[in-house]
Amino acid sequence: MRPLFIFLSALMLAGPALAQTALPPAPYADRQLEDPAQEAKAMALMQTIRCLTCQSQSIADSNASMASDLRSEIRERIARGEEPEHIRAWLIERYGDWISYKPTADPILWPLWAAPLVLLGAGGVLAWSRIRHKKVRA
Amino acid sequence: MKRSLILWVPLAAYLVFLVVASLGLTQKNQTVIQSRMIGKPVPGIDLPAASAMAPALSTKQMADGKPRLLNVFASWCVPCAAEAPQLAQLAQRGVRIDGVAIRDARPDVDAFLQRNGNPFHRIGLDARSTLQFYLGSSGVPETFVIDGKGIIRYQHIGYIGPQDIDTILTKLREAGA
Repeated sequence: MRPLFIFLSALMLAGPALAQTALPPAPYADRQLEDPAQEAKAMALMQTIRCLTCQSQSIADSNASMASDLRSEIRERIARGEEPEHIRAWLIERYGDWISYKPTADPILWPLWAAPLVLLGAGGVLAWSRIRHKKVRA
Repeated sequence: MKRSLILWVPLAAYLVFLVVASLGLTQKNQTVIQSRMIGKPVPGIDLPAASAMAPALSTKQMADGKPRLLNVFASWCVPCAAEAPQLAQLAQRGVRIDGVAIRDARPDVDAFLQRNGNPFHRIGLDARSTLQFYLGSSGVPETFVIDGKGIIRYQHIGYIGPQDIDTILTKLREAGA
């Protein structure tokens, strides 16, 4: 029993051998900002910033060391009064649209934005012509 | 006649969708994120020394007329050790290499340099990936070619293999070396 206990305690004390880096996380990587309004702003932004290491996750979800550094960077900037969209623009300037999950209004996306209107219009025309035909027959 | 033509529209739309979707599915997924900072000046940041074996690095002093490589590495990064012989070869050919150690600790960088050799002129310690974000760099190792005016000219993503040396030297020549 005793050797097992010692073994288990040793296991608990051992650091993860394959960690990406030996350094502790940046100050605000996993700590919320003191001001809840600022924290909410930061969290909303972090959920729409893509992790550079785990490319299908947002930095809010990722455990990669780059993601935690970026979380801390974002929280500290928000604490200094920077606007979330300004930080997003700063990141896009460096990594391209790729880093942001928020859809842009770039020309390449115009068909996507127009699709609901086009479909609604087409449906309206279809419905209207059907109703009119029915009335005529009746 | 006109009515029967309209009946084909949904099928045509479906076929267009099918072609677009299958093209999208067969295309290779983009996993390498190119920095958008190429053609722009190196962001100026002062970093403390990362090792006892090389002085500290300030990227504000890179417009000194001499092109150089800025190598983003870390002692905990395995491919960074694998590219060490290639960096040594470049240094031997007179290329100036400045290093940035990402999320690193001085004793670890010292041990890394003792193990793999020190091709660096200066090494800055970037404990929280700050310079990396400023550079638009998305991992380690990465190597930037900086010209004499401090403008980023080229980004090599991933480790520098023996087959990459010629490209790096060409890019340095284009940058005025």
